[in-house]
Amino acid sequence: MRILVPVKRVVDPFSKVRPLPDGSGIDTTGIKFEINPFDEIAVEEAVRLREKNPDIEIVVVSIGSADCEEQLRKALAMGADRAILVETTHLFDSLGIAKELKAIVDKEQPSLVLMGKQATDYDCNQAAQMLAAKLGWPQACFASAISITGQMLAVNRETDLGVETVEIPMPCVITTDLRLNEPRFVALPGIIKARSKPLDRIPPSVTPAPLTRTIKVESPGARPPGRKVANVEELVSELKNRGALSA
Amino acid sequence: MSIVGIAFTPADATGIQAFAAALGLPFRLVQITGAANTTCGALKVLSAGLEDVPPADGLVASLEGAVQGASHIVAVSSMASKDVMARLAGVLDCAMVTDVVSADSPSTFKRPIVAGTLIETVEASGAPIVLTFRPAGYERKPPGGACEVESFSISPSKVRVTQAAHKSGGRPDLTQASVVVSGGRPLKDRETFESVIGGLADTLGGAAGATRAAVDSGIAPNELQVGQTGKIVAPDLYIAAGISGSTQHMAGIKDSKCIVAINKDPEAPIFEVADLGLVADLFEAIPAIRNLLGK
Repeated sequence: MRILVPVKRVVDPFSKVRPLPDGSGIDTTGIKFEINPFDEIAVEEAVRLREKNPDIEIVVVSIGSADCEEQLRKALAMGADRAILVETTHLFDSLGIAKELKAIVDKEQPSLVLMGKQATDYDCNQAAQMLAAKLGWPQACFASAISITGQMLAVNRETDLGVETVEIPMPCVITTDLRLNEPRFVALPGIIKARSKPLDRIPPSVTPAPLTRTIKVESPGARPPGRKVANVEELVSELKNRGALSA
Repeated sequence: MSIVGIAFTPADATGIQAFAAALGLPFRLVQITGAANTTCGALKVLSAGLEDVPPADGLVASLEGAVQGASHIVAVSSMASKDVMARLAGVLDCAMVTDVVSADSPSTFKRPIVAGTLIETVEASGAPIVLTFRPAGYERKPPGGACEVESFSISPSKVRVTQAAHKSGGRPDLTQASVVVSGGRPLKDRETFESVIGGLADTLGGAAGATRAAVDSGIAPNELQVGQTGKIVAPDLYIAAGISGSTQHMAGIKDSKCIVAINKDPEAPIFEVADLGLVADLFEAIPAIRNLLGK
């Protein structure tokens, strides 16, 4: 069985980002790049599933510039078997990514596509569901536990109300939520060893014109500064004055 | 142009009404769970009358026909809507915009990115446009006259729900509550969290929320996490107790009307954004607040 894990190169989620001076995008000067944290959870989960089911092959794929090799190498170091880099400067929106991933799926024929629920740069939460739609496969989003039984997967899904448990047949698309696992730390020897694992560079199969386009990126307006109150009495009376305790 | 709104919960209907009014467009409603809201101002309501939101594959297959002819297919941002609406956009092969906070035009939208540290203006082309929006910025109108209701049936899914999610406790929904009381790691354990944070939430008729750190350390259940990767809330009053105020947490609360921070550490970053800050031990301050409120 094969698991395909798409990984996105994103700005370090703990760095302070600013808009470019002309507002055309995010200023990435001096900013580190990482695997999207949710995709890292997906890689980790694939590796853990293989620990229980040794016949699993894990293929990671990234779409973007040659720099994405850095994130693919890390995924290989975590335990993925091989990597595909769709090397391109084309501007993809989530729908375009779904179409490109579909071409990879058609070729690689995985039983499971496991990917992050959202990327922490543009916070869209779309690509996996769009891919599932394009493939006509069922989906289970926001997984907090996954186990394999034959051709079925049992998945705990985080929902608005709590945790829902579902059975989903393969092939399918699953997205990872925060508490699925805690990704392992990869030490330097692992990263060096991963340099010898196969990484294929291929051109994109499709370059659809994006249907969504970033016109401007700007800093949000700051909230007006607040003030400190001296004690609980002042807090409660201030809240009463503001009508905030009417409920 | 016209809108089809997908209401995953009964409360979504009024949010959709407000969003449609802001765009100045008429709307039809597809209501997935609960009793049909016939006075929300929709031209027509298609009601599935379910108890829980069904798996996305079957639901999207049935929505495909219902959304025909719409220029915009919209839903209030939630985990359910992100699951379903993105699949719908994939099936319709159309543009999608997530977490819209305002519309500059019928095809230009503003939305937060990178945990709310930046605001992106997105232009969507083609039709229809699928979007999820945060209802905080939209004024809800009083109910209108009753409209026609039709029943809406859901196509079968390949996914079988073996155990439905059940909401714990009788508190209002986190994303819809007018008061939210949240706690961080200083709450120590589940019991303390429930008695201190849950207790104040109950006093105020509000919902309880938590930071990622509190959820990760088992102090609060997953569904209470507020922030970039959890729930986005925008209540009239948000009380953050024992919360330092990470960027990721702030992303989930900054549309709240009034933010109150209670923290022992006067240097906690939460004080920079809080409207009212109280430097105090939450274990003393919260019981004192409840006392003052006479409950």
